[in-house]
Amino acid sequence: MIEIIQFSSLSDFFDMGGYAFNVWSVYALFFLFFFINVYFPLLKRKQIIREQKRRLIVNKETATEISGS
Amino acid sequence: MWLWFSKLGSPKWFYEWSGKWLPWLVIPMALLLIVGIAWALLFVPPDYQQGETIRIMYIHVPFASISLAFFPLMAVAGTITLVWKMKLADMVAKVAAPLGAWFTALALMSGSIWGSDIWGTWWIWDGRLTSMLLQFFLLIGVISLRSALEDSDAAAKACAVLSIVGCINVFVIKYSVDWWNTLHQPASSFSLSEEAPNPPEVWVPLIIMIIAIYLFFAVSLILSTRNEILVRERRAQWVQDLVEAQ
Repeated sequence: MIEIIQFSSLSDFFDMGGYAFNVWSVYALFFLFFFINVYFPLLKRKQIIREQKRRLIVNKETATEISGS
Repeated sequence: MWLWFSKLGSPKWFYEWSGKWLPWLVIPMALLLIVGIAWALLFVPPDYQQGETIRIMYIHVPFASISLAFFPLMAVAGTITLVWKMKLADMVAKVAAPLGAWFTALALMSGSIWGSDIWGTWWIWDGRLTSMLLQFFLLIGVISLRSALEDSDAAAKACAVLSIVGCINVFVIKYSVDWWNTLHQPASSFSLSEEAPNPPEVWVPLIIMIIAIYLFFAVSLILSTRNEILVRERRAQWVQDLVEAQ
């Protein structure tokens, strides 16, 4: 079922039988959307943890200040 | 059954369980994506009518078919929110809407780029295309409805109702190609025979891509749901312990 590669040269492959723009722009969009929907949640997770850490530290400080005064 | 149901509804349990399972989704997703894309770009024979643009199908069809799953998913989650007030269901419904908008947008854009050459037009008000565009706007509507309502309980209920109503459009999308016979082709049939119009060398890589992009959908949804859990459960002791341990 595995066929041979359909292109005879690398420039043939990039040219996509004259449909280079159509084929490559769709694959570029796919990689862009894939990257956005995997990378942004990971980035957001770091932000959430950083923010909550800061909040926890502030809460502890105020708690000790109140009990200290 | 009920024990399992209430366990699954617990954000803490879901967080721990999804953390364990994530690698087992990410690894097959990466492998299938590499195999599927390489196969689609290098080994699939050019179509006798469409030539090399047939390679667009391996992105367009998976995204278009999976984007139909978002409204049913949000409707099920919304029903669980309305009936049992399960917190986790509303978190899933909330993160599914933007992801669905991305999926629908990619299906529309890839279809448009494909059609620009094959049909000779970027856009036509055909049943399938119009109902798909409507789904995109409905998803944008769900997202803005949630951000417009300050009371999160009211927002959850309103979004649940809109998601259930929005499911009607999924049927319109699904059967639009049979109801209105315009440019978009109806669903194709696949056969194991080499003489069939769609031989295995065409549809096997398509199945691989569909599974790969389903896994991508699951991974992205789980990552966002975990973030949502961390935000909404920030006062819970286990989240505070987890944040401190980082």
